[in-house]
This record gives sequence, C-alpha cells and structure tokens, in this order.
Amino acid sequence: MSAFKPLGGRILTPAFLFFFTVFIISLYFMVERFTDGMGAVANINSGYPWGIWVVYDVIIGTGLACGGYALAFTVYVFNKGKYHPLVRPALLASLAGYALGGFGAIFDMGRWWQFYNILLPWNWNFNSVMLEVGLCVSLYIIVLIIEFSPAFLERIGAKGLLKVLDKVLFFFIALGLLLPTMHQSSLGSMLIIMGYKVDPLWQVVHFQPLLAVITAMIMGYSIVIYEASLARVSFGGSDETPLLSVLGKVAVGLMAAFVVIRLVILGSQGKLGLIFAGDMSSILFIIEMALFILPAVIIMSPAHNQSPAKLVIAATAMLFAGSLYRFNAFLFTYDPGAGFSYFPSGPEIMVTLGVIAFEIMIYLIIVKTLPVLHRSEQA
Amino acid sequence: MKRRDFLKSGLGAAALCGTAGVVSEAEARPNLEPAEEAVGMLYDSTLCVGCKACVYKCKEVNGMEPTYRDGADYYDSASDLSGDTLNVIKIYKDGNGKYKDAEKNGFAFEKRSCMHCVDPGCVSACPVTALERQNRTGIVTYNPDACIGCRTCMTACPYNVPQFEYDETFGQINKCQMCNQKGVERIDNGQMTGCAEVCPTGATLFGTRDALLAEAKKRTALKPGETYNYPMGDLSKPDSYHEKAVPDYKDHVWGEKEAGGTNVMHISAVSFDKLGMPPLEERSYASVSEGVQHTLYSYLALPAVALAGLSFVVKRNADSDEGGEQ
Ligand code: SF4
Ligand code: SF4
Ligand code: SF4
Repeated sequence: MSAFKPLGGRILTPAFLFFFTVFIISLYFMVERFTDGMGAVANINSGYPWGIWVVYDVIIGTGLACGGYALAFTVYVFNKGKYHPLVRPALLASLAGYALGGFGAIFDMGRWWQFYNILLPWNWNFNSVMLEVGLCVSLYIIVLIIEFSPAFLERIGAKGLLKVLDKVLFFFIALGLLLPTMHQSSLGSMLIIMGYKVDPLWQVVHFQPLLAVITAMIMGYSIVIYEASLARVSFGGSDETPLLSVLGKVAVGLMAAFVVIRLVILGSQGKLGLIFAGDMSSILFIIEMALFILPAVIIMSPAHNQSPAKLVIAATAMLFAGSLYRFNAFLFTYDPGAGFSYFPSGPEIMVTLGVIAFEIMIYLIIVKTLPVLHRSEQA
Repeated sequence: MKRRDFLKSGLGAAALCGTAGVVSEAEARPNLEPAEEAVGMLYDSTLCVGCKACVYKCKEVNGMEPTYRDGADYYDSASDLSGDTLNVIKIYKDGNGKYKDAEKNGFAFEKRSCMHCVDPGCVSACPVTALERQNRTGIVTYNPDACIGCRTCMTACPYNVPQFEYDETFGQINKCQMCNQKGVERIDNGQMTGCAEVCPTGATLFGTRDALLAEAKKRTALKPGETYNYPMGDLSKPDSYHEKAVPDYKDHVWGEKEAGGTNVMHISAVSFDKLGMPPLEERSYASVSEGVQHTLYSYLALPAVALAGLSFVVKRNADSDEGGEQ
C-alpha cells in the first residue's frame, strides 16, 4: 500500500491568499491582452517578438518543470527504487509547470483562436523545430496527467482503473522519458535558425540540442531537491536529505559535463576569447558559469552536502544557472540588430507572476487534498 | 550492484557523447536553389532619390493606412516596417551628410522590404506551413488562415521582415508578398510590382532573378564616371530609360549568395553593413537547422527505437521493483 497521504489542513492560508491576490491582479491584464491585443500589455516588438511570456513561461518554465523527467530517469532507468517517495511531488510540479507553460503559450499565441491548426496533420511542416516542440509538449502534458492520475484514482478509490493503469503505466513512463528528451533538446534547436541574432557565446549551432537537454536535466534535479527541502521545511515529514544529496551528486556530474562540453565547443569554434571581452555578454557568461560551478563545490564538500540548508542554497544556484542560460540565449544577449530594444512592461511582468502564483496555488491545493507527499513516519 | 551501476552510468555517458557525435556530423542539406522562374527586384541604392513613391504605392496596393510621425499628417512617414508598412526607405547618414552615396560625410538610401529569400528562414520555421515559397515564382507568401501567431517566423527571418499586428485584437502577420496575394495578383496578371511600377528613377526594378542578377553584375563592373542607360520598370520590357553617370559601385550584389541568396537584390556605393544589412554568410540558417533536426529524428525512426528501448527497461525495472526492493 502506498504511503502517499494527503496533507489535509486549511487551504485558505495567508500564503495562499497572497498568491490568489497576485493572480487576480494579473487576470485584469490577461483579459486586456485578449480585448485590446498583445501590444496593449506586452512590450514585444518587431525585433523582439518573444518576450518573457515565451522565454520565461514556456522555455524556462518547462525546464523548471523537468523534475518528473529527471527523477523518472533515476527511478526507472537506473532502477533506484528508493527514490519513489520523491516521484509524486515531482510529477505534480512537472504537471503544474507544463500545464501552465501550455496556458502561457495560448495567451502568447497571436492567433490563439486558430491554435488547433497545429494539431491538423495537413498543416504540419516537418522542417519546423517549433512544430516538434508544440506537438511534443502537448502530448507530454497528457502523459503527465496519466502518470499522475494514480494519486487521484487512489483518492476516489477506483481500484479497477488503478489495476488497468498499472499494467500499461510502463509505456507512459517510457513516453515520459522520451518526450521531454525530444522537446527539451528542440527548445535548444530553435536557436539555430535565429543565426546571428543569438550571441556567439550561446550560438553553438549543432550543439544547441545537447546543451539544452543537459540544462533540462540539471534544472529538473535542482527543482526536486529544492521542492523536497522546502516541503519538509513547510509541511514537515521524513528527512530526505541523504537521498537528496545523492541526487545532488548526479546533478554535479551533469554540471561538470555541461561546463566542460561547453568550453570545449566554444574552444573548437574559436570563441574562448569572447568570454573575457568585458562586454555585457561576457559578464553574463561568467555569472552563468559561476552559478553552474558554485553548487558543484557545495555538494562535493562532505561538510556541506548533509546540511539541508546548504543543499537548498546549492539547488537555488542550479535553478538560477539553468534559467540564466536560457534567458541569456533567448533574451538577454539576443540581438536582432540596431534599432530594437526590449524590456518587459509592468503588466507583462504581472501576467507572468500571475501564472507562477496560479501554479503554486494548484500545487498547494493538490498536496493537501490528494495523496502526493510521502508520509512514512506519520503513517 | 556497484559495478552494474557504474556500467549503467558509463552507458549513459556513452549515449550522450554518441548523440553529440551524430549531431555534430549532421550534414546540413545544401541551400535551396532559386525557383525556376523566380521573379524579384533589383534595388539600386545609387539611383534612389528618396521620394518614397514606392512606400505610398505599396500602401495603396495592400490597402494599408499611412503612418504619420511628429504630428505631420501631410506625408506618409513610416520610419520602419510595421503591421501597416511593408516597404520603407531608410537613410544612411555620416558626418555633415553632404555627398550622395559617399560613406564619409555622405548619405545613401536603402529599401527595406521582404527579400524573398531563396532559402527562407521564415518558411522553414513556421510550424503550420502558413508561409510558403511558391514553386514557380519563388515568391514567399503568407496564409493567415493557417497562422497561429507564434511569431517564430519573426525570430527566424534574418531581415526582421514579418510584422505582427500587436495593436489589433485579432492581429496577423503582414509581409510583402510581391503584390501577388489573392485579390491583388499583379504578377500572375503579367504586371510588375507596385513599387517598381511607380519608381521614377528605376531604382526599384522588376524582373526575373536571372536577368536582374546579370544586370546587377553588369552595373557593378562598369567604370565610375562612364554613362550608362538605366532601364525603368520591368527589365524585360522597360517603360523608358535614362542616361546617367555611373557611380562608384561596391563590387557586391547583396542577395546573390547571402544565406542562400534572395530574389530581391540590392547594389550600392556604400557598404551594406553601413546600410543596416545583417552579418550573413553563404550557408542558410534554415539548411543547418533542418539538418540537425532531421538527423536527430530521422523522420521519427530514432524516437521510435528509443521508445521501444525505454519501455523495455522501465518494464523490467518496474517488475523487479515489485519482487523486492533492490
Ligand atoms: S526576408 Fe524574411 S520574411 Fe522575407 S522571405 Fe526572407 S526570411 Fe522570409
Ligand atoms: S506567426 Fe504564423 S506565419 Fe509566423 S511562424 Fe507562427 S504560424 Fe507561421
Ligand atoms: S512588391 Fe508590392 S508589397 Fe512588396 S514592397 Fe513592393 S509594392 Fe509593397
């Protein structure tokens, strides 16, 4: 029998009301976007057609939602059954992140009322990286719902359905491993066709998919560590620090690989000199690299890796590292040529904050009502 | 146990490196070739007098509002492409701006409109085939009924040409379709483009890509100071000619090769980077992007194999999990 239990307790806590208020304010601007056009709310323009709604809500948001993906690798491919307790909360966070990414994509879609066109095979352009991303992400949201559904089915006591699901779940788990590998790497491939607009330190051409998928894994592991530590601090429960520090070590391996691979690529493309050019791009690059190296140092040190607080710091640095990598490539150093600039407007930022608040609200409601968190000690 | 784990991580690392290897070997397909009867335009910056007759005509053909600046409503004064402006004349100016077509202390004009790329990034990037390169003419067209407004085409166009109507509740992409969209069809009807038709100096010249390229090469090879008889309108049947002294052309036809070439080509006496043209090499980004994508996916064969392998591993591990924790 599963030791996953609903947390119970009040839903309308002060924290919840805070997120709710943020969401309600953002709702005003979301409506305005639909009545008056995107330009009324967002500062996107002809040179910067993609602002934070795409780059944060979708490109970074789905990266941060890779916890389920990273953990599924650990549990099922490397057969580490003892990580099972972390799977459900990670899946829930992934589902929330991806669903909200999909939601973000809808209100960022200029012609949203025709969104179904991307589902009609006769429209498909197989040369388009965006097609792959769009279809794969949609499919993955469905897979996540199926992977997470046992939590709901247990709650309503649908034993029959659970049995059937149990027989076929392996296939969806496999899909849940394949699809993020595909679309997370494709998020990187989208940079290739942007050519010179992507800063040379980030325009690694053929290697875009590889770097993108490694950052997805890193972001996935970091969010698992981060959430588990935070959930323990806020809701109590079993101490998973030893488990987490092992996950942290896997992430360190990935970060080391990322840093080495990236420097080798830049070296082979003759771009190492740009790192020390002293301009905006070089500074951002150095900050980003520092954020990748810092958590590695914390986790590798035996004095630190057993401390929950230090682990949270390491996980936070990792989150920022992956996010900054994507922000830099798609937005901060993106340069379409002279005469264009972009800085998000207040309402535009508000919409993104509203999306995040909504995501957290859903997470809070679900962990309190469905068996998601592992409660071995109290059980 | 330990050794098996080690082997597995080894395998994982090998798979990563293998993928990297495959992708870095990815053969980009060659750039696309120009359409057989590709039509286009030649814009000769040295002939342009900045009258903006073409800007006006373009708006008339496409039924678009004039753009006013600084409260002046007597003249269309769009400063850049927008949802309402598909063609614009821009100015390069240096120092005191006295001499036409001089890089130092001079000025020059530059036309910005869709270049009708031979290997268009916008077409390659659009998920729903809303942008298409027409087989016969090479014209790059747009279909609002298919478009979902994702604006990937804008990120993928090296010239920042496609424009989304951000101010409309139900906006769409707008771009020059060489005056050949449904309801206009000037090219199909044997006419030339609006902007070439009204150009009083022949600075914007209409014709087939081949003929225009030959004309451009002929001009850039002329001796400065010689007189040359410049055709106007449609190169295959010019309305008229005018004689003029040859300027000091740069030996460069923009659009012959850049990112696979374009059907709208430019020549000038001022270097193109000064005129705001992007830093492009010969290889089109579209060809590289498609090469990587198709290598990774091999038309879904690779993902299918991966899915089978993953299903097997997951099933085995899930089963052994039930038999007892490892
Ligand atoms: S200039 Fe831009 S919009 Fe025009 S065909 Fe080329 S890529 Fe497409
Ligand atoms: S905005 Fe429209 S035309 Fe442009 S890439 Fe997206 S679907 Fe295609
Ligand atoms: S070809 Fe037609 S649509 Fe294109 S710039 Fe000229 S007038 Fe405008």
